[in-house]
Amino acid sequence: MTLTRQAPAPSTTEPALPAPRGPLSAAVLDALRTGGRPGGALDAVPDDVYGEDAQLTLYCLYELHYRGFAGVDPEREWDPELLTVRRDLERAFLARLREDAPVDDVRGPADVDAEMAGLLTEPTDADGTGVSHHLLRDGEPWQFREYLAHRSMYHLKEADPQAWVIPRLHGAAKAALVTVEHDEYGSGDPERVHARLFAAMMRAAGLDDGYGAYLDLAPAETLAEVTLMSMFGLHRALRGALVGQFAAVELTSSPGSDRLVRAIARMGLGPEVAEFYAEHVEADAVHEQLVRRGVIRPLLAAEPELAADVVFGVRASSFLAERLERRLLGAWGARATSLREPLPPIG
Amino acid sequence: MSGRNRVEITGEGPVLVNGPVDVTGPDGEVVRSERSVTALCTCRRSRRFPFCDTSHRDRERRAHRGGGSR
Ligand code: FES
Ligand SMILES: [Fe+2]
Ligand SMILES: [Fe+2]
Repeated sequence: MTLTRQAPAPSTTEPALPAPRGPLSAAVLDALRTGGRPGGALDAVPDDVYGEDAQLTLYCLYELHYRGFAGVDPEREWDPELLTVRRDLERAFLARLREDAPVDDVRGPADVDAEMAGLLTEPTDADGTGVSHHLLRDGEPWQFREYLAHRSMYHLKEADPQAWVIPRLHGAAKAALVTVEHDEYGSGDPERVHARLFAAMMRAAGLDDGYGAYLDLAPAETLAEVTLMSMFGLHRALRGALVGQFAAVELTSSPGSDRLVRAIARMGLGPEVAEFYAEHVEADAVHEQLVRRGVIRPLLAAEPELAADVVFGVRASSFLAERLERRLLGAWGARATSLREPLPPIG
Repeated sequence: MSGRNRVEITGEGPVLVNGPVDVTGPDGEVVRSERSVTALCTCRRSRRFPFCDTSHRDRERRAHRGGGSR
């Protein structure tokens, strides 16, 4: 594997459109490619909103708000017909998530504290059943590379989905959230932008760090974690859920990142591979405190009625994270790829 | 911003210090943090002392998903 780190300017080229995965994505991607209308797409919204066709379509429609696609007019971001397709998918996605991550038990801010306390309890290294525990105990480099390919769908735009919530918060909650985001964006140092650290890790692990390079290989379970954040971020009505999603990741990341640093060392992958996770051990120990004390506390003091949505954000993101974990661990247990197709052999 | 530094004692783990800081350890070694907020370990369990790495948390023998990071 290649362990050299070139000093890279982040790529500014837009990613290519992916291959369709069903009738809906075929209609929408065709409209994006040709500049035409998404004819028939509205009738094609599939029953399984967690499935490949729906999640790829939603992912691509959201991508118009981030970096877009090569050859696609940036104005399509506000194409009313595409937005209508997006809205139908979002309604179906949200309805399924509300069923799968119920919050009927949440009465107020005290229940949010209890939910956070649950996230703060860590299993021992030997008992944990998550992907980072597996990688620490028995992971192999090919599995770690697959993990990075999955995670690249989010980490190459790390912190961007949460940035949408900034104008929807006010006062202390806004100030604290921006402090966390500022750290995610390298505290003013472009070399320390977390998305850029992730790209450097991908190169050091022999992967393609191009934005969207693994989209065709990323299954629906992977895309759903990202579409969830984009949906929460882009809807002011879901700002409580966005904050809950943000908290769920910041609260669990530091110990998970520490396991991955040790997993990388155990697999003999070298310190330049570990830098991204090493940074997150310390950074997220701070972010946890800022999110709980600085964001959630003043947010709920001002708007206690958001308590249920904050918990919904925690539970919905945990629900989707567990689905992805099952896919990864199930595939690896059968010595099969967890991606839609195996990674190309590294050179 | 006022010239006054802000320090918050969380009571459950780290002490939070605002602004980039140089931290001098008991052996006289100075470590630098450029973060806008730094979490200093008070429980002495951190593998990255003087910085908190969340080792102050309770460990429990039970199944739990292990997060990635952001
Ligand atoms: S206070 Fe957090 S690890 Fe010691
Ligand atoms: Fe973070
Ligand atoms: Fe980060």
